[in-house]
Amino acid sequence: MTEPAAVKRRSLMARLHLRERIRDRDQAIYGILFLSALVFPMTTLFITGGSTAYISQAAHAGTWVLLAIGLNVVVGFAGLLDLGYAAFFAIGAYTYALFASSQLGTSPLHHNFHLPFFLMLILGMLVAASFGALLGFPTLRLRGDYLAIVTLGFGEIVPVLSYNLPQWTGGINAIGGIDQPWLPAWITGPWAGANSISIIQDATCRNPLAQTQFIPCFSFGFDPVAYYVLIVILIIGAVILVSNLYRSRLGRAWMAIREDEVAAAAMGINTVTTKLLAFAIGASFSGFAGAYYGASFDLVSPDDFLFVVSITVLVMVVLGGMGNISGVIVGALVIYFILNTLLPSLASNAESLANTFGLGSLNTQKGDWPGLYAEVQRLQFLLFGLILVMIMLLRPQGLFPSRVREQELKHAAVVEEETVAEQVPSR
Amino acid sequence: MVDFGFYVICGVAVVLLATQAVSNPTAFVQITVFGLADGAMYALVALGYTMVYGIIELINFAHGDVFTLGGYISAAILGFFAINEKAFTAVNLIAIVLVFPVVMLIMGGINITIERIAYRPLRNAPRLAPLITAIGMSFVLEGVMFLWHGPATVHFPDILPHGPQFQTTIGGVFVTFKDGFVMVTAVVLVTLLAIFINRTKLGKAMRATAQDRDASQLMGININRTIAATFFIGALLAGAGGMIWGLYFNNLFYNLGFRTGLVAFTSAVFGGIGNIPGAAIGGVLIGLIAAYSDSYIGSKWTEVVIFGILIGVLVLRPTGLLGMRVPEK
Repeated sequence: MTEPAAVKRRSLMARLHLRERIRDRDQAIYGILFLSALVFPMTTLFITGGSTAYISQAAHAGTWVLLAIGLNVVVGFAGLLDLGYAAFFAIGAYTYALFASSQLGTSPLHHNFHLPFFLMLILGMLVAASFGALLGFPTLRLRGDYLAIVTLGFGEIVPVLSYNLPQWTGGINAIGGIDQPWLPAWITGPWAGANSISIIQDATCRNPLAQTQFIPCFSFGFDPVAYYVLIVILIIGAVILVSNLYRSRLGRAWMAIREDEVAAAAMGINTVTTKLLAFAIGASFSGFAGAYYGASFDLVSPDDFLFVVSITVLVMVVLGGMGNISGVIVGALVIYFILNTLLPSLASNAESLANTFGLGSLNTQKGDWPGLYAEVQRLQFLLFGLILVMIMLLRPQGLFPSRVREQELKHAAVVEEETVAEQVPSR
Repeated sequence: MVDFGFYVICGVAVVLLATQAVSNPTAFVQITVFGLADGAMYALVALGYTMVYGIIELINFAHGDVFTLGGYISAAILGFFAINEKAFTAVNLIAIVLVFPVVMLIMGGINITIERIAYRPLRNAPRLAPLITAIGMSFVLEGVMFLWHGPATVHFPDILPHGPQFQTTIGGVFVTFKDGFVMVTAVVLVTLLAIFINRTKLGKAMRATAQDRDASQLMGININRTIAATFFIGALLAGAGGMIWGLYFNNLFYNLGFRTGLVAFTSAVFGGIGNIPGAAIGGVLIGLIAAYSDSYIGSKWTEVVIFGILIGVLVLRPTGLLGMRVPEK
């Protein structure tokens, strides 16, 4: 009779201990990420002697981080599989590109819109969210896997539509000449490579209230550092928002649905509304990221929103650790690094390696052999696939799984073992 | 009520097609022939998707690439024979008859290996883990084909009987030997599969495992072996499909399996995922729909039509054409 009490006390201790560790690890990751985000521009500017190439790459990586944070709400929190996330990304990007460029002037509408970026950020979010709700409403009543398939179909349809409606979207030619975001003024200083702290106001921008007037302002157009600052602020905002959502009543409802939908419904959770909210909120982040992407890239083409994008974001989420925001951010950065820095640089590295080891003959094309450079470039696909498989086999829970969830799974396994152990001797 | 909407849409589609059929019957039959040939190939790939999904609830993204790799490998093996692309010789016949089973077995072996490496260790992991490894294996297979032949289109030897003497016009409809070959081969393979699933002990074990894995384990079924067998058989059909695709279209490219896989998966869902006759019928129907949409709506809209159907079917009739209603577990 004393044994159950001992078990209980130990598990309570373990749980308390664990609570500390939850805080520690995730706080530590946030801290490291924040500090490195802070010193990153200065460091790269110092090391490269003023080149902003790395900073704009980091700003681009930030788009993916935003996407991963948003998809995490759908996949990680609510347990819904979304295979067409890029469609909402496309919707956000096209919303911005259409209403902040001269594109609609050449469309059957014959009227230009030049709405300001920060308004469009919200608008892109709302449009994507309403598309998410529209798509989710009829399908979320269905079993989980069917949602995955519906989103897959939707994700295939959206790029094809933008290819096939060139009078609206520019089709294969894409939409260019998109307005840059702007602010009334901007501060620069030694952190951005300037000599002294000063206020910049070096461009003229359309007055949002009277569209024909122009006012002095700071345009983001030429400044990767400004985009970098913007995306870091957006990510911080998104993280705060999402972690508050996670701890709210809604977040707990998502978790309940993820673990057992029937039981959650029996506890009085309206599963359709709750799932719809997860889906729409996830989509809204994608629309948000899309608007930023359209502005920072200055080109919105259907090629940027293919199935590969959805898959890449999903890989980031699952690999980082579903349901854990800090893990998902790390996952996004790791995958971005592998795809955009590690794999592309492999070919030239292999070439120079061959030269140093006196195997320079490998570098030239000969017969069937296309040269080491081309061969290694062809290897990229294979390597990425192998990396995915290896990481999933080694850490099926992801790099930094949600501690709460990990503990749930562990606890379930322990309970099962205990019940088996109890039953066997009694018979 | 919801089913009603499904029938209305089907009815409208049939009426629209019927008006086309009446206004130009020859063209309609011609398009149908093309659609059936395409659909037969989709059906072969769709069967693999539906079998794997039925048994372990995994969308096996690598399956489309297994199909393409089947085409690549059969093209390579055919290279060893003294085949004649100009005329149909006895060597061509022997090559086809020999290479078919060889390619099927090779692909079966490859798929079992994939299952052993990438899916089996994750059987008790979170549900999305095997999905990610499936995507990873898909990249690996595409990477292997990319490494092998590069990004360009690969020629597949044109060794089926072709040319003026092997094509005919029946009442204005142009039919080649190849069309017939594709359809007959697919029907034979699907029939063999149906016999296997319904008549053999292993087939029974597969059906039982799909219904309830734990219960069938208690009945003494070796789950791992049954799942491996499912992957093996799915890959047999996909390998055959890849070779048939090559023989029919005479070209392949490394990421052919991506789009074909998506379309085949749509067929499997259309017919009712997990349902074997459903996948075959779904494949043929999707082939037909794609062909009709290519000619009556425009080929650039075909993908929208196919995936629109996918969404419509799932919303209006989530169990697919032949699927049964399954209570949520």
